[in-house]
Amino acid sequence: MQVRAMSKEHEPGMSLIVKTVTRLTIGLIFLYGIYIVLHGHLTPGGGFAGGVIVALSFINLTLAFGGSASSKVFSLDAAHMVEALGAIMFLAIALLGLQWGGFFDNFLRSDGEPGMLVSAGIIPLANIAICMKVGAGIFAIFLTLIVIQKFEGEGRNR
Amino acid sequence: MNATLPYVLCMILFCIGIYAMLAKRNIIKIIIGLSIAEYAVNLFLVLAAYRIGGTAPIFSDGRTPAPGSMVDPLPHALVLTSIVIGLATTAFMIALAIRLYGKYGTFDITRMRELRG
Amino acid sequence: MVELYVLLGLMIVGAVIATEVKDLLSAVIAVGVVGLALSIVFLLLMAPDVAITQIVVEIAAVILLIRATLNTDISARSCTGRPFGAVMGLAFLGLGVLAALVTFPQGLSPFGNPLMTVSAFYPVNSMAGTGATNVVSAVILDYRGYDTLGEATVLFTAVVGVLTVMRATGRKESQDAGESHE
Repeated sequence: MQVRAMSKEHEPGMSLIVKTVTRLTIGLIFLYGIYIVLHGHLTPGGGFAGGVIVALSFINLTLAFGGSASSKVFSLDAAHMVEALGAIMFLAIALLGLQWGGFFDNFLRSDGEPGMLVSAGIIPLANIAICMKVGAGIFAIFLTLIVIQKFEGEGRNR
Repeated sequence: MNATLPYVLCMILFCIGIYAMLAKRNIIKIIIGLSIAEYAVNLFLVLAAYRIGGTAPIFSDGRTPAPGSMVDPLPHALVLTSIVIGLATTAFMIALAIRLYGKYGTFDITRMRELRG
Repeated sequence: MVELYVLLGLMIVGAVIATEVKDLLSAVIAVGVVGLALSIVFLLLMAPDVAITQIVVEIAAVILLIRATLNTDISARSCTGRPFGAVMGLAFLGLGVLAALVTFPQGLSPFGNPLMTVSAFYPVNSMAGTGATNVVSAVILDYRGYDTLGEATVLFTAVVGVLTVMRATGRKESQDAGESHE
């Protein structure tokens, strides 16, 4: 199903106003999501909220410009790859802690002082891994449910 | 009564969600009921962590805390995990509902013959 | 805390509207209002991490719910409901409120005085132990990181499940459909 076009029938996506505002704002939304992830150990937020915000910026892109235009930027296969990479990174951080102390041991704890961006050991790295995993996962769910549907019976009661 | 009134209101919200799951025929209403029940459970956990006159569990300017003045941070951690798991469950249920609509043409669970036990 | 009670009342009204209204799109928007009010309640209860996560997750859930109700048949017709289910639901509501009124005053610590027998450790030792100034982040990623690993696994399983459910029909079925044109 193509997202219903409001201006011209052959153009996918939404109207011109939505497209212009989207072009102006999705960079800021993406940057805000990354800011929340990176400062997760200093201010409220963390990996989960930041990851969902990053996914919402890509969802905004998909809804405004149509599925085929946004798959050039971030396709479904790329989303699966990023999600798997995030999960592997998180597990690797956890297993590396085994060498120094125990599972999930915070082995970089003493670098940096509290309150600075570079501090708190593995927590920023784990936040980045969680952001990749959650963001790509939510975007993959969205793409599968909303953009890609080719099964029978849809639109029977139109 | 003021000591337990928020908890009782939270219990009423949970029971409204359970009612929607039991008494409605439409699958989307059942999913909505489960979402409301999840909101009520998360609200209950955060209500149990509140301290009157407390502050958010974040140190500012790197000061050492007065540990008697923060709200409880452990239920916040539990609720963070629970919210994201709730989203995953809701997304899966919506996928099932879309697939059922594609096969049967309706959201009405009493008309889906093969679900009968 | 009068604004807390006002918002809780708004949430209950919104939940009742969401379950009883006939139009599906209105029900989804009512659930959105409930989630939004919940996020403001979290902010009033001094939980900013939880409030940020709740509002963005609720926006994503409402987007998915609206997609499920778009292009589908018009409303939930209400000829006969499920009367057994409705009676049981109301009985559960009555029993639940009764149990809450009886057991909460003696079982729960009163609202505003958390017990903190286990978690008194975390605000005192987390800055020295991990170096993070956000206690909740330190709890979910250092002290209880295993739970976060479990949550990441659940999300991964959900994504795999959604992909499997929404896959097109398999090869054998499409061959049969191709032969016998039904």
